[in-house]
Amino acid sequence: MPQYIRLIAQGKYTDAYMVNRESNVFPAILGRTCDRPCEPACRRGRLDGAPVAICRLKRVAADLKGDISHLLPKIPTESNGKRVALIGAGPSSLTVANDLRPLGYEVTIFEKQNKPGGLMRSNIPSFRLPEKVLDDEVGTILDMGVDIRYNSPVSSLQGLLNDKYDAVFVGTGAPRGKELDLPGRKDTDRIHIGIDWLESVAFGHIDKIGERVLIIGVGNTAMDCCRSSRRLGGKDIKVMARRPRGYFKASPWELDDAEEEGIDIVINHAPKRFVVENGVLKGMEFERLEWDAEAKKSRVIDEVFLPADDVILAIGQENAFPWIERDLGIEFDKWGMPTVDKATFQSTRPGVFFGGDAAWGPKNIIWAVAHGHQAAISIHNHCQGVPVTDRPKQGSNLVSQKMGISEWSYHNDYNPSKRQKMQHVELTKRFQQLNIEVELGFDPEQTAREVQRCLNCDIETVFVEKRCIECDACVDICPVQCLTITRDGEESELRTRLSAPATNLEQAIYASNPLPQTGRAMVKDEDVCVHCGLCAERCPTAAWDMQKFDLLIPYAGAPNSGVSCTTSSVLA
Amino acid sequence: MPSIAKPIATHPTLQRNALGLTIRDYEGSMSTLCAGCGHDSITAAIIRALWELDTQPHMVAKLSGIGCSSKTPTYFLSGAHGFNSAHGRMPAIVTGAGAADRDLLYIGVSGDGDSLSIGLGQMCHAIRRNIRMAYILENNGVYGLTKGQFSASSDIGSKSKRGEPNRMAPIDPVRLALSLGATFIARSFSGDKEQLVPILKAAFTHRGFALVDVVSPCVTFNDHEGSTKSYKHTRKNTLRATQADWVPPQSEILAQISKSGTTSVAMHDGSVVHFSTVPKDYDPTDRRKVAAYLDDQPANAVVTGLLYIDPNAPDMHELGQSSPTPLRDLAYEKLCPGSAELERMQEEFR
Ligand SMILES: Cc1cc2nc3c(=O)[nH]c(=O)nc-3n(C[C@H](O)[C@H](O)[C@H](O)COP(=O)(O)OP(=O)(O)OC[C@H]3O[C@@H](n4cnc5c(N)ncnc54)[C@H](O)[C@@H]3O)c2cc1C
Ligand SMILES: Cc1ncc(C[n+]2csc(CCOP(=O)(O)OP(=O)(O)O)c2C)c(N)n1
Ligand code: SF4
Ligand code: SF4
Ligand code: SF4
Ligand SMILES: [Mg+2]
Repeated sequence: MPQYIRLIAQGKYTDAYMVNRESNVFPAILGRTCDRPCEPACRRGRLDGAPVAICRLKRVAADLKGDISHLLPKIPTESNGKRVALIGAGPSSLTVANDLRPLGYEVTIFEKQNKPGGLMRSNIPSFRLPEKVLDDEVGTILDMGVDIRYNSPVSSLQGLLNDKYDAVFVGTGAPRGKELDLPGRKDTDRIHIGIDWLESVAFGHIDKIGERVLIIGVGNTAMDCCRSSRRLGGKDIKVMARRPRGYFKASPWELDDAEEEGIDIVINHAPKRFVVENGVLKGMEFERLEWDAEAKKSRVIDEVFLPADDVILAIGQENAFPWIERDLGIEFDKWGMPTVDKATFQSTRPGVFFGGDAAWGPKNIIWAVAHGHQAAISIHNHCQGVPVTDRPKQGSNLVSQKMGISEWSYHNDYNPSKRQKMQHVELTKRFQQLNIEVELGFDPEQTAREVQRCLNCDIETVFVEKRCIECDACVDICPVQCLTITRDGEESELRTRLSAPATNLEQAIYASNPLPQTGRAMVKDEDVCVHCGLCAERCPTAAWDMQKFDLLIPYAGAPNSGVSCTTSSVLA
Repeated sequence: MPSIAKPIATHPTLQRNALGLTIRDYEGSMSTLCAGCGHDSITAAIIRALWELDTQPHMVAKLSGIGCSSKTPTYFLSGAHGFNSAHGRMPAIVTGAGAADRDLLYIGVSGDGDSLSIGLGQMCHAIRRNIRMAYILENNGVYGLTKGQFSASSDIGSKSKRGEPNRMAPIDPVRLALSLGATFIARSFSGDKEQLVPILKAAFTHRGFALVDVVSPCVTFNDHEGSTKSYKHTRKNTLRATQADWVPPQSEILAQISKSGTTSVAMHDGSVVHFSTVPKDYDPTDRRKVAAYLDDQPANAVVTGLLYIDPNAPDMHELGQSSPTPLRDLAYEKLCPGSAELERMQEEFR
C-alpha cells in the first residue's frame, strides 16, 4: 500500500493504479465502496487517531490515471485448450477471468442478469458508485476476450457439467434477502426485501416510494435503502435498530452519510407487527427495549406505533443453491452451505470451486476479489494436472533505500496533517437525480496532504549488531522513543524499561543479539516508528539501515510476481 | 546534515515535567556534527538533565568557544540565552554575564582544544574565581573541527588516525582543577548517560564552578584502534570510582546502599548528592584523599564519577561582595551614579 501511496505523491497516477490493480483489480470501484478492512490496521492511527484515507486515495489514482491498455497483461491469441465456466458475473468471477485469460484459458461467464457486475451493479446505489466507473473496470476484464452470456441463469449444475468444462467456478453470491415473518407481512405489497428492492431501483423497475419509510435493520444494506428512499420521494425516513449505538453493523462513515441526509436512526426498537388495514399498510408496531450495559440482555419498556407508507427489510442475506443437484459429489452442510476448502476454494468435487459470497456467506468486494485470485491459482493447477494444494509460496525482498549520505529514495519526513475530510455534493443538489455521486473525491491539495500522512510502513529499519559501537546517536535522535540500548531480558519485563514503555502488546518488540562492546541489546519497539530514517542517518557505522520490504504475492501462472515488477520503475 | 528536522511526532505516553514541558521542549536545532559524535550524546544528556530538573528555559544561558563541541549549545534548549565566543574565551564571557545577572544558570560547553590549549588561562581563572557555572569539557583528544590534530589532552602513545603516536604529556583537566581548588570536579563518558545525567544535575545545582570532563569520542578522527579516546578503549578502561545520584530538596533518599560504602553531601539549595558507591576510605569532600586515590589507579584507567565536591566554598559574588540584586535589576541611576560621583571617588585616591 505505501508503494502506491508514494506513487500518488509523485503524481504517477497510472503507475499507482497498476500497482493497486494487481491485487485488488477494481481500484476505482473499491476506492469508493470498500469496507476498508485495512484502515484499522494502519499505524498512522496510533499517532494521531486517524488512519490514512487509503481507500479514498485509491480513487484519486483511478480518477486521474491515463491510458492503461498498454500496461495490461497481453492476451494470447491462441487458446491453451482448457475451458472454464464461471457462474455469476460478480467481482469474484470477474477476478478469476482477469487472472485466467492472460494464460490462454477459454473463459465463459453465465450471468442471470442482462448486465455484469453482480451486487456492485444491482445493489450498490449509483450515488455511491457511478455506472460509468463500474462499466469501465468491469469492461477492462470482459475486453480480455471473455465469453459472457447474459440472461443465462444456470438452473442445473449437472447440465453445465455435462458440457465438459475443465473447471467450474461458482460465484453466484448470497442472493436471498432475509424475511421477517411477523403478522401482516403478506397483507400488502408495500413491504420490500432490501436487496431485491435495491436491484429493482438499479434496473429502473422502481422509481418512487412513499413519504414515510421505515427501514428495518441497521447494516450497510439499510444505509443504501434509506439513502435511496431519500432520492425517490421519501421524506420521513427512519432506520429502526434493535440495539443501541456502537452495536450497529453499518460502517461508521455510512451512518454519518445517512444522518447527514436527514435520516433518523431510531435505537432500541424491536419490530412486533405490521399494521395493515384493508390491504393498506398503515405502519408498524415496535417494542421499546432497555438494554444492559453490554447490550446483551434487554427488557421491554412499552410498545409504540410508527406510521409508514413503505417498509424495507434489510436484516441480512442468505445463500441459496436450489440449482445445484445434491448428488454431484458436492457436499452441503445442514444450513445448505457447501463444504469449501479455505485455502484452495475447491468443493468436495474436484474441479468445482466456490468463491465470493457464495463460499461462506456475505462479505464484501475486496474479499470476493481475494477469493477470485486464490481460486484462479487452484483452477490453473487443476487444469495443468498439479495438485491444488501445491500452491506457490509468498516471497519477499528487502532492498536498502539509501541513495547517499542523508538521502533516501522515499520521502522520509513526517507530515503532521490531520486526516483530510471528504467533500460532499451540497445537500440541495444531491437529491435531484438518483445517480449524482455524493463524494467529490479529494482535491489536489487534500491528496498531497493525505499521501504525506503515510508512514511508509513497508520501509523497515534493519539492524546489524556487529557494526554497532553503542554511540547512542540513534537512541537520542528517535522522535518517538522507539529505541533503547539495555541489557536483554524477558519480554514482558523488558517492555517496562525502554525509552518509552511498550504498551501495545500486539506489536512484538525487537531485541538484537548482544552488542560487541558491552553485550547489551539494541531493542526496538516498532509501535509508533514513523520510518523517518533518522536513526539510520545518525548511525556512524550503518548498523541501522532503511530497507524496503516487498511482499511478493503469487498469482495464477505468475508465482512471485506481484508488486516487485513495478518497484523497479519506482526506484528508477 | 540530516535530511529532515526531527519530526514533531511524539510517543503517545510522552511525559511532562512540573512546568508542563516535555523533553522535546528542551531540544534545539538539528545537530550538524558527524553522525555518532560523542558530543551529540552529551547534548542529549544535558537535555534530559534540564528537563528532569524542571529548568525554566529562559533562566539558562549557554555559552561556548570554538570547536565541534562549542557548536553544540545550538542543539539544546532553543528557549535559552546563548553566546558563542572567540576560541577559548567562553570563561571571560560567562564571568561578565554572571556578574551582570547572578540568577541565570550558566552552562559553558567547551572542548579539550578550546579549554586546554588556547583557553587554558581562561579556564584556570574561572576556577580560581569559583564562577557559578557548569563547565562541560567535551574531551575527545583531538581538535575535531580542524580535522583531528592531537590536542593537549591526548595521552602519550595514543595513535593518530595515520598511526603516529603522540609524544607529549597530556594535561588532565581533573587533576588541574583539583590543584587549582575547583569546588566540583567530575569525569564521565558520553556513552554512559546513566552516570552522566545525575552528574549534570548535580553540576547544574552547584553554587560555584562545576567542571564536568566528559570523554566524548570523535568518531571521524579519533575512534580507531590505538586511540585512547575511542568508544572501545574508554569502555574497556573505565573505572567508575563513584556513582552519584542527585536528590531534589526535601525528598527521601531511597538509593541502595552498597557494600563499598555510602556518603551524602548536602548542596547549597537543599538538594543532596548521594553517593551510592564509593571506594573504601574515599571522601569526595577531601581534596587530598581524592588526589591520592587518583594517584593509586593504573595509568590507563579512565576514572569516572563525581570525584570531588565542596558545596560551601564562596563563589565569585561572595568573594567580591557584589550586589545581591542582579545588576540587570538595578536602576540606571544606581548602576551609573554620574560624573559628580566619579569625581568624588577619584578624589579619594588623590
Ligand atoms: C446493498 C449492498 C451494499 C453493499 N455495499 C458494499 C460496499 O459498499 N462495499 C463492499 O465492499 N461490499 C458491499 N456489498 C457486498 C458486495 O457487493 C458483495 O460482497 C460482493 O459483490 C460479492 O461478490 P460475488 O462475486 O460473490 O457475488 P455477487 O456480487 O453477489 O454477484 C453474483 C452474481 O451471480 C449472478 N447469479 C446468481 N445466481 C446465478 C445463477 N444461478 N446463474 C447465473 N448467474 C447467477 C447474480 O445475478 C450476480 O450477478 C454490498 C452488498 C449489498 C447487498
Ligand atoms: C583564535 C583561533 N585559533 C585557532 C582556531 C582554529 N581552531 C578551530 S577549532 C580548534 C580546536 C577545537 O578543538 P576542541 O576544542 O577540542 O573541539 P572539538 O572540535 O574537538 O570538539 C582550533 C584550533 C580558531 N578558530 N581560532
Ligand atoms: S525510523 Fe528510526 S528514528 Fe525514525 S521513528 Fe523509526 S526508529 Fe525512530
Ligand atoms: S547510531 Fe549506530 S552505532 Fe550508534 S548506537 Fe545506534 S546503531 Fe549503534
Ligand atoms: S569531527 Fe569529530 S568532534 Fe567533530 S563532529 Fe565529527 S566526530 Fe564530532
Ligand atoms: Mg576536541
